[in-house]
Amino acid sequence: MKILSVENLSRAFGGIKANDDISFNVDQGSILGIIGPNGAGKSTLFDLITGYTKADSGKVEFFEKNIFGLSPDKISNLGVGRTFQKLKPFADQTLLENVMIGAFVKEQNIKKARDKALEIIDFVDLIEKRHHFAKELSTGQRKRLEMARAMAIEPKLLLMDEVTGGVDQKTIPGLVELIKKLKKTGVTIITIEHNINIIMEISDNVLALDQGKSIAFGSPKEIQKNKEVIDSYLGTFDAA
Amino acid sequence: MDKLIAAKSEPLWNTNNKVISIIGGLVVLLFALPLVGLNSFYLHLFIMIFMHAVMAQSWNVIAGFSGQISLGHGAFFGIGAYATSFFYMEYGITPWISIFFGMFISGVFAVLIGIPMLRLSGHYFAIATLLIGISFQVVFQRWDLVGAASGLWVTMTPEDSWTALQFHKSKLPYYYIFLVFFLISFFAVWVLSRSKLGYRLRAVRDDPQAALSLCINVSNYKIIAYVISAMIMAPMGSLFAQYILIIDPDRVFNIEISIIVLLITVLGGIGNVWGPIIGASILIPISEYSRIYLGGTGGAVDLILYGLILMIICVFRPNGLISFIPKDILERKKQR
Repeated sequence: MKILSVENLSRAFGGIKANDDISFNVDQGSILGIIGPNGAGKSTLFDLITGYTKADSGKVEFFEKNIFGLSPDKISNLGVGRTFQKLKPFADQTLLENVMIGAFVKEQNIKKARDKALEIIDFVDLIEKRHHFAKELSTGQRKRLEMARAMAIEPKLLLMDEVTGGVDQKTIPGLVELIKKLKKTGVTIITIEHNINIIMEISDNVLALDQGKSIAFGSPKEIQKNKEVIDSYLGTFDAA
Repeated sequence: MDKLIAAKSEPLWNTNNKVISIIGGLVVLLFALPLVGLNSFYLHLFIMIFMHAVMAQSWNVIAGFSGQISLGHGAFFGIGAYATSFFYMEYGITPWISIFFGMFISGVFAVLIGIPMLRLSGHYFAIATLLIGISFQVVFQRWDLVGAASGLWVTMTPEDSWTALQFHKSKLPYYYIFLVFFLISFFAVWVLSRSKLGYRLRAVRDDPQAALSLCINVSNYKIIAYVISAMIMAPMGSLFAQYILIIDPDRVFNIEISIIVLLITVLGGIGNVWGPIIGASILIPISEYSRIYLGGTGGAVDLILYGLILMIICVFRPNGLISFIPKDILERKKQR
């Protein structure tokens, strides 16, 4: 079943087309990986889908409901969660409080919200850090915090922007496992990644962008063999 | 799993019995203090501390919890003052009722001001509120219905009257009235800070973009904070009007009111319910004593002292004097 449908989405900043006529579908329960060089329009695409940036034209349907033009809070209220490339934790609040703010979307009672937040924090393996202020956490832990906070709103679709970006090599496998664990909960995931090996490992489908345009969409194997993708992004990547 | 179970069994709040005992003791002390004989000056001093602590608490809600720096909050103080005086003099309505009129009118104005203004952020919002605050003063200076620049002289009752909220023989009733309002407002903001609304307001303050991703309508929450803040400020204007029985635009819409609540909160600790209380307990005595020893409005020495204290605080203790209190007795205890 199709959970998200993007049709002919475009957005230009002045003369620069950040997203140019992009179309793709995402199946429920799958992981879609988005790849592309810097400036390809990946994060802009996230902002367009989640309402942070208004598209010039196109259509975005979530469960066949048109969400084009809705504000970010309304889109998240429908069940679209997201994390940010430039991390945005509530720095002066504890990890638990960060996640509780998300949990309040579905739970009105403070104790229930607290317990739900604790379960999610345990899910992301940070239970011992629950009383630490967000600003005290490492980058990897803050990535987990953002995932936990987004999970707390019980999203049906979760958009994750460079989960493994900016963290050390030792931290990456844990984050990748966490994404796989998230998928098992039934949530549909769209993830932006620069690490091509990770994207090939976790994704059911891959969307490749270059200079704001969609240059390929398909299974990881198909993408690896796609000449345009190799030319613009993978270079002489052996696996291709 | 064991760790999760242990975490769930923790109390919601880290209630420190020692702190609770100290607070309880202080409340009892505040109620008992006049009985051991406070002269008129000290009663006045405490009344001013209570009043300014509530006013600063009001400002703390909009600035400390939702992150919007308002420089025109004196407007709501003035609205509260005029509401009680006007309705009492024109229609004989007891101030006990018109306090609520003042709160309501302030709330309505907060919505009307907030809808366009809260679209602005940072310095732009601060400048806009500064101008709004001044414009209230200008309008009331020219509004004949409320006495224009001369203001309103509240008709004095021949005897002390609880109904008219006027006490001529002693400041003692005012002391207790202001104390009760102080405790109510403190408790209300304490509850707010631990409510779902409080959590969401802090999210708006810390990162509006991230708050949006958690289904929080940032504009609406800013307006809610502004309304709550205005409705806490207004009763202080009402009580102040009954305390001095003469109000005019220069007195109750003065820009100084908006600035002093900011100073008190920043000194004590912004975003913390204790901050305004600590700040008022230090700044108001400085103001009153400089007035006594230097005459008039304190020869502006109080303002110089404010400036000095604030500079020292901003450099060495940017989180205010509250940061001197050890973290382990604050509410959110870390368990490493």
